[in-house]
Amino acid sequence: MTEKLLVVEDLYKAFGSLQVLKGVSLVLGKREKKVIIGPSGTGKSTLLRCVNRLTTPDSGRIYLDGVEITGAKGQLTKLRQQIGMVFQHFNLFVHMTALQNVRIGLTDVKRVGKAEATQKAMAVLERVGLAEKAGSYPAELSGGQQQRVGIARAIAMDPKIVLFDEPTSALDPELIGEVLNVMRELAEEGMTMLLVTHEMGFARSICDEIIFMENGEILEQGPPLQFFTSPKHDRTRQFLHKITELYGQGGEE
Amino acid sequence: MQILLKEFPSLLQGALLVIEIAAGHLTLGFLLGLVLAAMEVYGGKSISLLGRTIQKVLRGIPALVLLMLMYFGLTRIVDVSSTVIAIVALGLRSAAYQSQVFRGGIKAIESGQMEAALSIGMGKLKAIRRIILPQALRLVIGPWSNIFTMEVKDVSLAYSIGVLEILRRARFIIRYTHGNAMLLYCMIALFYFIIVRLGNTFLYRLEGKLWIPGFERRGRTKTRTG
Amino acid sequence: MGYFELAKEAFPAFLGGLRITLELWILTLLFGGILGILIALARVYGNKPLYYLATGYVELIRGTPLLVQLFIIYYGLGDVGIFIRPFLAATIAFVINTAAYQAEYVRGAIQSIRGGQIEAARALGMTRTQFIRRIVLPQALRLVIPPWSNEAIVMLKATSIAFMVTVPELMAVGRMIATRNYRYLEVFSMVAILYLIVVLFFTQLLDMLEKKAIIPGMGGKALGA
Repeated sequence: MTEKLLVVEDLYKAFGSLQVLKGVSLVLGKREKKVIIGPSGTGKSTLLRCVNRLTTPDSGRIYLDGVEITGAKGQLTKLRQQIGMVFQHFNLFVHMTALQNVRIGLTDVKRVGKAEATQKAMAVLERVGLAEKAGSYPAELSGGQQQRVGIARAIAMDPKIVLFDEPTSALDPELIGEVLNVMRELAEEGMTMLLVTHEMGFARSICDEIIFMENGEILEQGPPLQFFTSPKHDRTRQFLHKITELYGQGGEE
Repeated sequence: MQILLKEFPSLLQGALLVIEIAAGHLTLGFLLGLVLAAMEVYGGKSISLLGRTIQKVLRGIPALVLLMLMYFGLTRIVDVSSTVIAIVALGLRSAAYQSQVFRGGIKAIESGQMEAALSIGMGKLKAIRRIILPQALRLVIGPWSNIFTMEVKDVSLAYSIGVLEILRRARFIIRYTHGNAMLLYCMIALFYFIIVRLGNTFLYRLEGKLWIPGFERRGRTKTRTG
Repeated sequence: MGYFELAKEAFPAFLGGLRITLELWILTLLFGGILGILIALARVYGNKPLYYLATGYVELIRGTPLLVQLFIIYYGLGDVGIFIRPFLAATIAFVINTAAYQAEYVRGAIQSIRGGQIEAARALGMTRTQFIRRIVLPQALRLVIPPWSNEAIVMLKATSIAFMVTVPELMAVGRMIATRNYRYLEVFSMVAILYLIVVLFFTQLLDMLEKKAIIPGMGGKALGA
């Protein structure tokens, strides 16, 4: 029985008159990887953003490692140090080199000394295969490289869990592979991950559970095999069909 | 406060003169600016260079200096009022700034437009007049409103060559009433503020009315020209 | 006395005036720059009262002539008993004036910085002060360089207005020499040439500065000068 790392209970969130999350609950155990899929605009990103409080839920509770984080006001920065996030549009700091991007969380937020931070940052850049690009600016890097720096930046903080918000959706097809590889390695090293993605093949191969969301609610969830071969709901089946049409089955890469 | 009421007619005259000078020099600047812009964009090497130089010189000298130069220069030759000199000096300078705005507008129009016009047999001049300019002028309303703002405020500098505009009249009043400086100057500031506002609102509406689908409404590039 | 002899004789005086001009200019840029950044921050990140105060200030200053502002500070305040030396009054007026314009440029720069970066900064756990200091300002200050250098040149020319309140800068010196010799046109033409040289010189300098500050990928054209 794996330790529960992330527990989300009954989350509600509305933007104006639009109810985006309608009582969403999920549990993520340590070292578990779960993937959220579903049509656009169904609240998947909002759910992720509620976890690291970039968005504040209207009601519901979230627990990280046993500690309730929903009400946390002053502890927000401390909280975010433990949760890593990788964005669809990379969001690298435009005026900083790759190394500086990865390093800044360590020096400014964790208050690590510069030398130590540089060492750590270089090591992480090495892990994602971009050590030689340490001195390059984001504009000088390809999309795939930028996203890998984005991942490096998140994991340099040694987070307990990493949230991925459609990390490959903004990438050209040939560049997706390099990012997925880094993510796979991360998964194999035991990181707890919560992903929103359309990459079905990838989802299938690394995750413990797939969650299907539509209209702000979780319609179905289960281990990949069961999910793909015998989905319970019609909607799930329809969606999967559509997705595999567009993105392909994607076998083991 | 009674001073204000008593002197109101005088101040009003000064205010009207400000508006007169503003309108006058903006128009002069508009026409000359178009010429300068055309010189720069469509002229051959030497004409374009001439245009650029003229405009650089006019923008490189402070407005005050230009006013003084014109005042002492022109009064030698012709017998004109300070008002006219102010209009000419400010107008020339305005032409330099406006030409830059027009130049930007003309350049922003795809070369394909000119090519298409030429291909159906229009002469260059006609093409400029009928195809390029109507588009360019619509595009530049945004940046032009910045020029407008700056130029209206610069009319206050006409004070320095003795024009009997509102500021100078206020100074007379202050001198012989031995006071009221703060009150009068703040009033003048308010006066300019209102004119600038009204003008900009008008230009904004104008931009809206002339808008053609597909034209991006140029955001106000807030750079100050001066 | 011919044109050139007059020029030679007047030259030292011109230089003295030029020195005052440049002093006035540098002080204006320095304090105006700082004030401008503060006002921009108030407009972007300030709470409601701060925002309205800053916005009111910017609208008011940008909508009224510099000359009138100068008169208000020098003569207006004098009228109510606060007497300020000409140079100081001019400096104050110019600082207040340029800060309003600079605030707008900085604000535009800040707002053109892609929001995703701010999200990423928050996701890392940075506080607002931190991300303003480390992410927003470094980029904003670079983006601001083109309109800022434009404003710097504008202010350089605007220093001539200080002559109206008896500050002995270049324009005032010119006036004095012209009156003394009754050679108005010639002397003012010399003044014009001097301004032209100084303006062209600094324009070139600032252009070089712009080029040096470019980081690949940072939209230098974001503000459209």
